[in-house]
Amino acid sequence: MATRSLIPSGDFRTTYAADTTIFPTITSRNFAIFGILLACFAPYVFSNYWLSISIQIGIFAIAALGLNVLVGFTGQISIGHAAFFLLGAFTSAYISNNAPIPVFFAIPFAGLVTALVGLIFGVPAARLKGLYLAIATLAAQYILLDFFSRAEWFSGGSVPASAEPFSIFGYMLRGDRQYFYVVLAYLIVSYLLVTNLMRTRDGRALIAIRDHYLSAEIMGINLSKYRTLSFGIAAFFAGIAGALYAHYQLVVSQEGFGIERSVLFLAMVIIGGTGSVMGTLMGTAFVVLLPETMEWISLELKGSAIDRALELNTNITFLREIAIGLIIIAFLMFEPDGLAHRWRQIKAYWKLYPFSH
Amino acid sequence: MEYTLEVRGVSLRFGGVRALTEVSFGVKPGELFSIIGPNGAGKTSIVNCISGRYKPTEGRLFYRGKDITGLNPNARPSLGIGRTFQNLALFHHMSVLDNIMVGRHHLLKNNFITGSLYWLTGARREELDHRRKVEEIIDFLDLQSVRKATAGTLPYGLRKRVELARAMALEPQLILLDEPMAGMNFEEKEDMTRYIVDLNEEFGMTVVMIEHDMGVVMDISHRVTVLDFGRKIAEGDPATVLADPHVKRAYLGEEDEALVDPDDVPLPRESAA
Repeated sequence: MATRSLIPSGDFRTTYAADTTIFPTITSRNFAIFGILLACFAPYVFSNYWLSISIQIGIFAIAALGLNVLVGFTGQISIGHAAFFLLGAFTSAYISNNAPIPVFFAIPFAGLVTALVGLIFGVPAARLKGLYLAIATLAAQYILLDFFSRAEWFSGGSVPASAEPFSIFGYMLRGDRQYFYVVLAYLIVSYLLVTNLMRTRDGRALIAIRDHYLSAEIMGINLSKYRTLSFGIAAFFAGIAGALYAHYQLVVSQEGFGIERSVLFLAMVIIGGTGSVMGTLMGTAFVVLLPETMEWISLELKGSAIDRALELNTNITFLREIAIGLIIIAFLMFEPDGLAHRWRQIKAYWKLYPFSH
Repeated sequence: MEYTLEVRGVSLRFGGVRALTEVSFGVKPGELFSIIGPNGAGKTSIVNCISGRYKPTEGRLFYRGKDITGLNPNARPSLGIGRTFQNLALFHHMSVLDNIMVGRHHLLKNNFITGSLYWLTGARREELDHRRKVEEIIDFLDLQSVRKATAGTLPYGLRKRVELARAMALEPQLILLDEPMAGMNFEEKEDMTRYIVDLNEEFGMTVVMIEHDMGVVMDISHRVTVLDFGRKIAEGDPATVLADPHVKRAYLGEEDEALVDPDDVPLPRESAA
């Protein structure tokens, strides 16, 4: 019964506690801590442009994590995730503008409000599956967007709503450099929370529902409760991410948060690896960085020998869009299990070198 | 005599198909009770009624004197009813350990909030305590070597054992085993038989078992009930049942005056687990 394990020989566990750690080995844990420490230096190394890209990755990775709980771990589907993201953004902006609550508290509060709304939209989810559920969540997207354009008191209607900058106890954080740490902290905490969730009772119940809902029910798991709960959790992280985004941009508008953004969130989850916490981060980075990379390539191409030979001129822009689409298609064909799976393969390769198994 | 499980006049119809017709029997505490019958006799249907997958069209089910006919399936483990499935129903992408831990669901108290805050809320200690219980089951069923393996990658015989482990983790007083030995080789059957006898004698569980292997059924059952075309045709200790003329006819395919002519009755579909 050879089961592939990357735990080095001689690494024995003598307590159950040592066998239920987040990271499989001490080295992998140290690497993660080292990675976080490196990330702390990012604001001093990165240009403003790259700093803004990393903040975006951080924020979207939190939202995508929520979606992964729903899609990857519970086996449900949602194409209304962007609407919950936007709801979190508007809620946090509204609270920080209209109530004497510092932004520090407004962000988690916006998460809770979004989670409540998510639970409401999650109720039909307990009874629907597959394509039917997809359509139901599409309805959620349109209902919420319609609400935002009508409720001017809440969202400012056609005028973008303004949001207060981030503050803790009167101390105002200004600029990308300081905001980077806020996002980093939220990112780490969110990923820890979800990792913990997935190794305890309710997380296991979600995965059990995904793998075999009939036997999950016989094991005492209330299907309706957990399917609805999963929507609540997904909406919570979308709300947190949206709130972070609002206080980063300082204005919130509906622009760019239609159905295409919802699909992009799904792409992040699928490319990163459904049912993988760290994969979500990789997938988000991939989806955010891909257009940037293609932009860079097309800029390099402009005026080069290839450009002149093929007379591309302005067509480069269109080629870029096509290339992004092609890369995503190729990715899904050759890497259906996502980046997380590829990462495991790479680790196995180095671990087992020069043998292949 | 107080029954652990009492099935009282249960009928189950799917449209025009009569899967069960007025089936009644009682299982006494501590008994190892077998249900046998030819394919499509309604064995799995009756177990599905007991575990809550199906609601009987007529009749009532009592568990330790309590009417459980309309109870949701997910409420039954906490009463003490556990089951395994005929067709494997493991959580394929989870490890064996996590599969068994799912069985502890109704015994664990942490929820999505306390679970997420793992270190701060005592969820960690609770999980580790239950891990200890699960390891006892792993020890009992000899699953140590595969505890971290993904359930979907295991060979058939082992998967059946993992499923038994998961049902044991529920700590049931009544365990329903739907063909625990189907598709196993001789050695695996021997092991499984030993486990079932241990469940009954050592763990004190009341066992209701569906099984096709007559040798095993006759060897270990205290009492046997025989179904054919959704009706009970015989019940009693193994020897009596084997000698019963109705049973002989049901298995050898001769006509039986106790039933309608089998050729005229649409065959009830073997319902999926």
